[in-house]
Amino acid sequence: MRLQTNFRRPSVLPGFWPAFSYTVLYLSLIVLIPLSAVFLKAASSSWGHLWKTISAPNVLAAYRLSFGASLAAGLVSVVTGFLVAWVLARYRFPGKALADALVDLPFALPTAVAGIALTSLYTENGWVGRYLAALGIKVAFTPLGVVVALTFIGLPFVVRSVQPVLADADRELEEAARSLGATGWQVFCRVIFPIVRPALLTGFALAFARGLGEYGSVIFISGNLPMKTEIAPLLIVTKLEQYDYAGATAIASVMLVASFILLLGVNVLQRRTRRFMETE
Amino acid sequence: MKPTLLLLAALILVPGSALNAAGPVKLLNVSYDPTRELYQEINAAFARSWKARTGADVQVSQSHGGSGKQARSVIDGLQADVVTLALAYDIDSIAEHAGLLAAGWQSRLPNNSTPYTSTIVFLVRKGNPKHIRDWDDLTRPGISVITPNPKTSGGARWSYLAAWGQALKKNNGDERKAEEFITRLYKNVPVLDSGARGATTTFAQRGIGDVLLSWENEAFLALNELGKDKLEVVTPPISILAEPPVAVVDKVAARHGTAEVAKAYLEFLYTEEGQEIGARNYYRPRSAQAISKYPNRFPKLQLFTIDEVFGGWRKAQLRHFEDGGVFDRIYSAGR
Repeated sequence: MRLQTNFRRPSVLPGFWPAFSYTVLYLSLIVLIPLSAVFLKAASSSWGHLWKTISAPNVLAAYRLSFGASLAAGLVSVVTGFLVAWVLARYRFPGKALADALVDLPFALPTAVAGIALTSLYTENGWVGRYLAALGIKVAFTPLGVVVALTFIGLPFVVRSVQPVLADADRELEEAARSLGATGWQVFCRVIFPIVRPALLTGFALAFARGLGEYGSVIFISGNLPMKTEIAPLLIVTKLEQYDYAGATAIASVMLVASFILLLGVNVLQRRTRRFMETE
Repeated sequence: MKPTLLLLAALILVPGSALNAAGPVKLLNVSYDPTRELYQEINAAFARSWKARTGADVQVSQSHGGSGKQARSVIDGLQADVVTLALAYDIDSIAEHAGLLAAGWQSRLPNNSTPYTSTIVFLVRKGNPKHIRDWDDLTRPGISVITPNPKTSGGARWSYLAAWGQALKKNNGDERKAEEFITRLYKNVPVLDSGARGATTTFAQRGIGDVLLSWENEAFLALNELGKDKLEVVTPPISILAEPPVAVVDKVAARHGTAEVAKAYLEFLYTEEGQEIGARNYYRPRSAQAISKYPNRFPKLQLFTIDEVFGGWRKAQLRHFEDGGVFDRIYSAGR
């Protein structure tokens, strides 16, 4: 009953049922049907084969790398993305429009181009790589390189989620906190951070999810060494090239389920923080 | 409104039907990575020869990519009239998984349906600073070897099998020694690209590695494109005879009504003109006459075939490149 009333809030769009049916139809056509095809294809093979595929040492290593690197890159993007969003939302400076447009570039650039550019920068004889190599840090063809590529890809997701929230945030709240004697750090932790936390979570979830699926930019910088720097999407492509369609979809299914659970978790967390803020 | 609609309809309908009625015969040749330049020349020459013979125009389009990926596209429905791939196994797969051609396709044309051959050579930096002359040099500590992933690249599979075969021959057929050799070789590989072109780029343009294991034709192409002042080709004393085969995709050609011209296209590769174009593009031709036109191009070396050392592609694939095969073992042993 309560659900119904929640659904039927008046709105300018043409009524609940047309919009709702359209949503269901659209999601089915674009998301659900292709995804269920993946599971169906995987199910066409025996459980023994599927289990052997997804528990092979190189596949497990690839899962670890894909999830680990996406997580790391997501976290890095949260920090750096917040800073960028802060600067863009709070300050005026010459060339701001340019900086603002630059943020979106990783969205538009074909990922292979990004991968090739990053690789030539970070190899041991590249512009950046040679100085890092002198310090004993190798980036290209190591897991670190994967994180670098995913950070590049993930940054705009965080910036674009956080920036509007920061721009809309009521600055009087901060001034009030200051006038009540809060230090700068306290204002950040108690006032600003709670406001942007849901947006940061959204940005993180988007960057993380994108990182899991990213293929084009990573395969250039990772080196693709089995057990060391093979990402899960690469193994899917490798299986396809060996005509092992069931194996490829098995790896994909595990990734789908795992990322769905993670994203669901982030969504729940986000809803909680929002409710927490509303009740407070 | 109405005239606009009519015009639109005319624009959409007329060229389509006109092309169908009177346009040239169209063929699609689905090939692997390094043959781009070769087939550009072949296609033009074949169109001239076909026109002279039958008076009809023929237009051959080409599609290139990793050999395995191309085979998979054909299985998934890419309308290839002919396939010219890096290894017989990939065409076998099309026969096996999609049934688009008969299993015995390889005996339909002379020389195992392979109009030209190639081999695996070393591409090194100018002056050969690391003194790489033979296969054993590749396993020395501190040598960085570039080769693509044999699971995804046809060329890399030839390289792997060349390395394995020569190790077998040096050690009187001792398989254990061969596996030791190949394990040490891949320890020296810092990056596995997914295709031959990618590996060439890594080596030649990004300057990574001391030696690239490469198709002979691809090595010479890199030399011509990227400068003889930067790179040089080292032909090892022994290597594998790489036979990239060609075949008409029967069912697709039958559906398109192109069976006859497709067959003539592949046969053209065996003519003196076709052989000469092959040699010019650094593929080793079958015809002695074509070889004699390029006396210093193809150094003599000892060549072994995949049938003689590995008992054919099917066996080699199963033993070395399938999941859990020798190639997987190389990487799990290091852990």
